[in-house]
Amino acid sequence: MELNRRKFLKTMGNAGVAVGVSASSALAKSSHENHLDSFGSLVDISRCIGCRKCEMACNSANKLPHHQDFTDRRVFAEERRPNAERFTVVNEYHSEALEDDDHYKKIFVKDQCRHCLKPACASACIVGALSKKEDGPVVYDETKCVGCRYCLVACPFQIPAYEDHNPVTPRVRKCTYCFERLGEGKMPACITMCPTQALIFGKRSNLLTIAKNRIKNNPDKYVNHIYGEKEAGGSSWLYLSPMDFSFFPKVGTTPPPKLTETLLSGVFGYAAVPTALFAVLGSIAWITGRKNNVDKNQQSKTLKGGN
Amino acid sequence: MASEFAPVKGKFWTPGIVILALFMVAAFIVLIARFTKGLGYSTHNNDAYPWGIWIAINVAGMVGLSAGGFTTGALAHTFHKQHYHDIVRPALFTALLGYTCVVAALLIDVGRYWNMVSPMINWGTTSFLFAVAICVMISTTILYIECFPVLAEWLFKFNLVRKSFIGSIISFIHKHVNKGMLIIVLVGIVFSCLHQSSLGALLLISPSKMHPLWFSPLNPLLFLISAVATAYPLVIFEHILVSKSLNFEPKMHILSSMAKYIPFLLGIYFILKIGDMLYRGTYIYLLDGTAQTNSFLVEIIVGLIIPLILMMIPRIRNSASLLFYTSWLAIFGILINRINVFLVSFTPPYGGSYFPSINEIIVSVGIISAMMFFYKLAVMNLPIMAVETKGDKA
Repeated sequence: MELNRRKFLKTMGNAGVAVGVSASSALAKSSHENHLDSFGSLVDISRCIGCRKCEMACNSANKLPHHQDFTDRRVFAEERRPNAERFTVVNEYHSEALEDDDHYKKIFVKDQCRHCLKPACASACIVGALSKKEDGPVVYDETKCVGCRYCLVACPFQIPAYEDHNPVTPRVRKCTYCFERLGEGKMPACITMCPTQALIFGKRSNLLTIAKNRIKNNPDKYVNHIYGEKEAGGSSWLYLSPMDFSFFPKVGTTPPPKLTETLLSGVFGYAAVPTALFAVLGSIAWITGRKNNVDKNQQSKTLKGGN
Repeated sequence: MASEFAPVKGKFWTPGIVILALFMVAAFIVLIARFTKGLGYSTHNNDAYPWGIWIAINVAGMVGLSAGGFTTGALAHTFHKQHYHDIVRPALFTALLGYTCVVAALLIDVGRYWNMVSPMINWGTTSFLFAVAICVMISTTILYIECFPVLAEWLFKFNLVRKSFIGSIISFIHKHVNKGMLIIVLVGIVFSCLHQSSLGALLLISPSKMHPLWFSPLNPLLFLISAVATAYPLVIFEHILVSKSLNFEPKMHILSSMAKYIPFLLGIYFILKIGDMLYRGTYIYLLDGTAQTNSFLVEIIVGLIIPLILMMIPRIRNSASLLFYTSWLAIFGILINRINVFLVSFTPPYGGSYFPSINEIIVSVGIISAMMFFYKLAVMNLPIMAVETKGDKA
């Protein structure tokens, strides 16, 4: 390397800028902000009778396999999870703490994508195939997806599912919040079908007020907790329950992407760390290089073919 | 001691190479199944455990172990330790093969591999995986540029190339690559540090699914330091392995002096790892006897404390065979750490289970075999190893 000092510094500078530009483009930007008027859903678990009509409506609205007996209650024998062929499931849970009325000490809990306010899946997505829409839904764009499944890793509610058996065009599958229906001014399919108003739909802020009123007016009927108000930073789906939420994951109230996005902007923000690292390495190379300059000639070999 | 880079002569089809080739063939057959029947058919990955050993070992593990390229490059180019000149090319070339295998493993593991240009167009700027992908891409490209002189020197052995128009182009590129080599090496170091640390942050997106023993905001730093600390053990391991396979004397004077850095680097890693555990109070789990905790203890004791202590002993650093096995322990340490972080620590809330299928293991082993196979092939055909000019090899 036959570089004089000035030329050296100049090239170092240019390369430093190059490192900086490419790194700053990977700069972390914060997730979508919480829109107060976004849509939400409230699940009043005490009202759910486990009729599975929401499951039927969902499968038919999303063109999932729906030629099956949705009135079959034997499915409650085991805890089911949403998967690539069903975006919502109703599970049965038991507790001695429940009132021994017509519910026979059991409750039914509908589960589906919670449409988090700060979705971990969208923050994790390498290509922005998952994103939170302003009116609430977390939606998936298969044209961007590479199938890395980092969203499945990230989701604290274990919701996204993957078409494992499709060798060429596997998709990530999950509840879409019927965003197309929302666009047409309709409600999500599952909520339309609910016969007991266990599911209600509206602005999230209004639903929170309704939920708080129900707890206030019936303190014996509900535990004093709205699951989804703060869990994982809050979600569009809210739950009221007659028993403690031990059947749901313990996720804390911090949005999961907070730590990673803070770290990401710490490491890549303004390309400060990469540029500083480059500068430090460059200086060391220059200082140690000058010391060794005497015996440097041996290094500047030119190509001479053969041997 | 004069030396120059030249192909090493010897027997290629040794029994070891035959076994490697068989593993490669087996992996190839499994891959046909994976690409025609899908991931669900060939792996035990599921919705609860979306990532398996292909990610933990062949991506995370091999990225960690490929740090030898940039760290040795740093020693030779940044710190101008000419002493290590002889070992730079083998280290760079190992890293090159390592990263190539990582990219191959990624293409095998992602579902929509044909859409891999997507990250270059659709930037997921909140994702650490995006940072990893872009930095790995740049580092791999830089490694190929850094290895360009090897190819150029090899091509120039042919009169036809040397005298033709292509020859003048190659010599032009070669000249400029060599001139800018320092900058290229430094940019490579920066991006390598970035993706090594970013890799450590990947699982931090799911705090509720990670075992507290491995859920540390310090993970990016721990990943970086452990990769740097295991870089020299890998270079040493591989050099001694190749010397045994090709029957030449390992350059113990270089290896031993390289090994002197290892206790220092492993020591920093050890202090950080233990300090992190004490600070977060996760030592309360240490004796609870669960599989996860035991895996942590194996990682710390067998993969970190033992090689750290052994590497401090000069007698071990100066003996080829003892240094070989101690290096292997350090390599095992980083591999088990990556497996622990990506698989053992991972606990989805609704349960589920994952244990690698035989197919996954075959592909994992096949990829590593391919790396070793092509390394030997390259060493015997390209000017990678430093060979004594007037020396006599066995």
